[in-house]
Amino acid sequence: MREFVRGLRAGVPIGLGYLSVSFTFGIMAYGMGYSWWQAGLISFLTVTSAGQFSGIGTMLMPGRYIEMLVSQLTINVRYSFMSISLGQKADKAFCGIYRWLLGFFVTDEIFAVAMTEKKVKRAFFAGLAMIPWIGWTAGTLLGAILGNVLGERLLSALGLAIYGMFIAIVVPEMKKSRAILLVAAISVTLACAFRYVPVVREVPSGFAVSICAVAAAVIGAIFFPVPAAEEVDS
Amino acid sequence: MSNMQFFSYLLLMAGTTYLIRVLPFALITKKIENTFIRSVLYYIPYAVLAAMTLPAAVYATRNVISACAGIAVAVFFAYKGKSLTFVAVAACAAVYAVEFFV
Repeated sequence: MREFVRGLRAGVPIGLGYLSVSFTFGIMAYGMGYSWWQAGLISFLTVTSAGQFSGIGTMLMPGRYIEMLVSQLTINVRYSFMSISLGQKADKAFCGIYRWLLGFFVTDEIFAVAMTEKKVKRAFFAGLAMIPWIGWTAGTLLGAILGNVLGERLLSALGLAIYGMFIAIVVPEMKKSRAILLVAAISVTLACAFRYVPVVREVPSGFAVSICAVAAAVIGAIFFPVPAAEEVDS
Repeated sequence: MSNMQFFSYLLLMAGTTYLIRVLPFALITKKIENTFIRSVLYYIPYAVLAAMTLPAAVYATRNVISACAGIAVAVFFAYKGKSLTFVAVAACAAVYAVEFFV
């Protein structure tokens, strides 16, 4: 129980951050025609930032199941990597059914905080996940319900919140590692091609992000293979 | 959108995301030795976020100029090592301020 409470406390800042970003998601989803309960349910059941933002675009069009599957796989494959790292740090009691239940909560920020522990206890991890989960869902509901009472300029400004969060994750890593800087640059260049170049720009955006990311990561892996020690602090 | 369409997509999205997280967590307990696979996995998150941010963020607000101002502010504070929340709020504030003038 003490571990759980310690986890709850550690999760407060993440929860507050999520509240503001998911608020934007709620607004965006509502603007695209989703109702408040649909937006809330998506956040409650997936708890991903990038995956959801990409997913709600695809969801509007019927029959794009393959695109949805491939884009979710590519956008979210980073969680697999985090799960593997986290698995190495989880303590002995954090096994079996607990992994099946709590693995649901592996997000970039929860992962990052959990990895600062020497050994990750299941009670601590469960506590850590709660406030971010609530914050993420509550923020989405608030955004979807209150979003339309906010002024147009405020809405416009909030549209950049999620990208601000993405930038805050990537830029510090680009500063530390020339390889990541290069991978990100390649990825952005490809993304621009998929946006502006005729013919290629017809590719649905879910696929485009996947193709850009995998291509850039493979190029990175070929030219800058990562030594074993570095993977843990991603 | 019909409920049928919504729920089938939701199931696909939530199911994939869940399995991506849980399968490696529950099943892989040994260390991955293959350097190439490890390296690709290491770079994927940054590549994904980069491709999702640019050029899309440029069109995320009402106005390209305000968006670019917001992006510049975000990059500046991210470079300074500020927290995710701080960077996101600063970016929004920049857009809000700039849109008074454009």
